[in-house]
Amino acid sequence: MLKRLRHVIARDGRDADPVVRALRAALAADRVRDDAAERSLLAHDASVYPGGLSGPVCFPISAGEVQAIMAIAAEHGRGVVPRGAGTGLAGGAIPLGAPIVVVMTKMNRILSVDTDARVAWVEPGVVNLDLSRALPGHHFAPDPSSQQVCTIGGNVATNSGGPHCLAEGVTNAHVLAMEVVTTAGELVMLGGLDPEPAGLDLRGAFIGGEGMLGIATKIAVRITPDPPSVRTLLLAFESISQAADTVGAIIAAGIVPAALEVMDQRITVAVENFVSAGYPTDAGAVLLAEVDGLPGGTAADAEAIAAVGRANGATSVRIAADDTERALLWKGRKTAFGAIAQVKPDYYLHDTVVPRSRLAEVLAQVYEIAERHDLVVMNVFHAGDGNLHPILAYDAREPGILDRVHAAGREIVEASLAVGGVLSGEHGIGVEKQDLMSQMFSPDDLDHQARLRRAFDPFCRANPGKVLPSSHSCADIAALRSVPTDVWG
Amino acid sequence: MMRTVDDALVAFAAEIGTDGAVAVEGARTRWDRGGAPVAGTRIVQAPRGVVEHRPEEMTVRVRAGTTVADLEAVLSPAGQRSALPDRGGTVGGALAVGENHLDLGTRRTVRESLLEVRYVSAEGRVVTGGGPTVKNVSGFDLPRLFVGSLGTLGCIAEVVLRVNPVPAASRWLRCADADPLRVHAMLWRPACVVGDGSVTWVHLEGHAVDVEAQIASLGAGWEDVDGPPPLPPHRWSVPTGEVGDPAPRPPGRFVASYGVGILFADEPQPPRPLPAAVAAISVRMKENFDPTGRLNPGRTP
Ligand SMILES: Cc1cc2nc3c(=O)[nH]c(=O)nc-3n(C[C@H](O)[C@H](O)[C@H](O)COP(=O)(O)OP(=O)(O)OC[C@H]3O[C@@H](n4cnc5c(N)ncnc54)[C@H](O)[C@@H]3O)c2cc1C
Repeated sequence: MLKRLRHVIARDGRDADPVVRALRAALAADRVRDDAAERSLLAHDASVYPGGLSGPVCFPISAGEVQAIMAIAAEHGRGVVPRGAGTGLAGGAIPLGAPIVVVMTKMNRILSVDTDARVAWVEPGVVNLDLSRALPGHHFAPDPSSQQVCTIGGNVATNSGGPHCLAEGVTNAHVLAMEVVTTAGELVMLGGLDPEPAGLDLRGAFIGGEGMLGIATKIAVRITPDPPSVRTLLLAFESISQAADTVGAIIAAGIVPAALEVMDQRITVAVENFVSAGYPTDAGAVLLAEVDGLPGGTAADAEAIAAVGRANGATSVRIAADDTERALLWKGRKTAFGAIAQVKPDYYLHDTVVPRSRLAEVLAQVYEIAERHDLVVMNVFHAGDGNLHPILAYDAREPGILDRVHAAGREIVEASLAVGGVLSGEHGIGVEKQDLMSQMFSPDDLDHQARLRRAFDPFCRANPGKVLPSSHSCADIAALRSVPTDVWG
Repeated sequence: MMRTVDDALVAFAAEIGTDGAVAVEGARTRWDRGGAPVAGTRIVQAPRGVVEHRPEEMTVRVRAGTTVADLEAVLSPAGQRSALPDRGGTVGGALAVGENHLDLGTRRTVRESLLEVRYVSAEGRVVTGGGPTVKNVSGFDLPRLFVGSLGTLGCIAEVVLRVNPVPAASRWLRCADADPLRVHAMLWRPACVVGDGSVTWVHLEGHAVDVEAQIASLGAGWEDVDGPPPLPPHRWSVPTGEVGDPAPRPPGRFVASYGVGILFADEPQPPRPLPAAVAAISVRMKENFDPTGRLNPGRTP
């Protein structure tokens, strides 16, 4: 890898290769970069995976330019990797085999908002939180914890969730239609503004496609009116298993809260040091619960949640008195990832889903696995969905530590699958869990996922080498191998 | 953990076999959707029965041949219900057709509710897509692709659905003199607001206090009724924002679902041809899943 990099760096300053020349002719020259610095920057995403090898980097500003890029990629037999903000945690945006990297962040306009019909057309580079901020009295329901930076295009490609997806549903439930550029360079409109569009649900199949089905260039999102009433509660427990059991008991009581988030003691302490949100640092775990809707129901549900919590051993129950207190409680949850730096400089953020009733049991195993590998683990997660996010904190300078992190990560996946869980709840497969796909799916299952992929991209040119294990990923591997070694490495 | 396939699925796969035209029959409530199967198509039925209802997970595993009514009968003692419309049909049929419940506002969409799908492929193999948990992004989304696919990509055998609590209160009201669009805009998540051009009906569901408060906010002129008006037989899907316009309204009698975009009419919706590029992807999808064209020939989703 290093040798390859040096080779690429040495090439800088020489005459641009034909792909770069073609791209510069199709886009403005300053929106096609092939300097080593930019390419190496975009060889990574927010995951802990070693970077790939990026080809030229493009910043299109229109669907037409994306089509032109696709045509050039086709002509030169290159892969194409769409990229949003690069906050993905599964290595989905890592370029493999020196593909053209298509950064969508300059296509970031909100094109139209219709609050009566509750739909907004946006370009894929719009930042998730910017969209909600631009919708007075309304919001875009999927709210990943990375919402200050991640893009709607990235949300669509990973089918993102977030704390409020328990009641509201994930991205797939909030996207009506999408304009997509296929690897054949065609512009297609998937889905529609009517509730039951004709034909197969290609929009539904595209969402969560991790950039391997084409590039979304325009998206019609459903916008949600802000709820008239919101109640937020913070419940403290002696143990994380009591918090986890309370989550199951709330659902069993027939309440579907807007959000149910659990944080363990280590992360609670770190957060308190950071923002003083008033979280009890002596508690073994805290449960942040939110209900929204009409005032009668939220009052009743908040009471009921408090009672269920007490019955399950809650040592304290705090109901936010006003919006300020509510915001403070959420601030604690939303800064959790930033607060980890106090414990260790680096962290691996994991993502699996287990049945809610098995949360306590799998959490106990997560602590045991981390201890056995001599790692610090912290847990802050979307408990209502059974979506675990064990954080393995470490110091990358410690020799051999990443191997231990990955070994522990793998065991956590196995523990989740063993109780009927799944590989990923919201980060996706990317390169992270590619080789684990066969633990969840049979060869026939994987073969059919590959068929879905090939219907969109028969050329296997979009984000080659991700998601499906190599034996199922059509011509991807061939495409990766066919990259001329003297061009980009 | 690799998932096991039970005897009912194995038998269904054997019945479908590996060659010859085949179509799955539900209760034939929407048998004419997308065209009739070509002559000589072997008709099979999906296995029946609720395999496992897990109220605490808000999920149910059910075989596709089970009627929606039988499914609801299993769910309701636990205070839960599905998103599927019950028009006398089967679970598999409801998914293959993909039409939503009239109470879309509180039930949410059928496509959202499908978590895992198991189907018998054109090669006679049992294939699983998705997973049994309420949240999952492991791989490409086969469940979404199967909703509304009319059995042309695989024969749906067994599914896991997300189910939801039955709201405490439910009231239907009718008013001869109300603007349905305004009513829809002022209410917080009504189950549905329908109108026939002169009379408006509202279905409110939720906590009893909230339902009462919303009724009070509607003002005078509303009376309690048992349910929606009789719905004309054909279903039109139009952009949500256009339901209020007279322009796209079908000729004759209609009942429109406001804020949703579904119109029930006496006449069928004219064909909605797909743009060529979308049609091309759909054709490839069909060819990839059913290379010999044996699954439900004659029908197009
Ligand atoms: C601190 C932190 C917290 C997070 N919390 C959450 C969370 O709560 N929930 C959650 O779901 N995720 C979370 N994530 C993961 C990540 O933020 C999401 O997956 C997000 O949707 C990625 O968006 P992005 O713009 O950064 O996409 P990128 O990382 O740039 O790309 C992600 C994938 O999308 C593809 N892609 C991007 N744009 C397009 C496009 N226009 N067309 C086609 N494909 C495209 C890429 O090829 C890649 O496969 C978190 C990440 C971090 C760092």
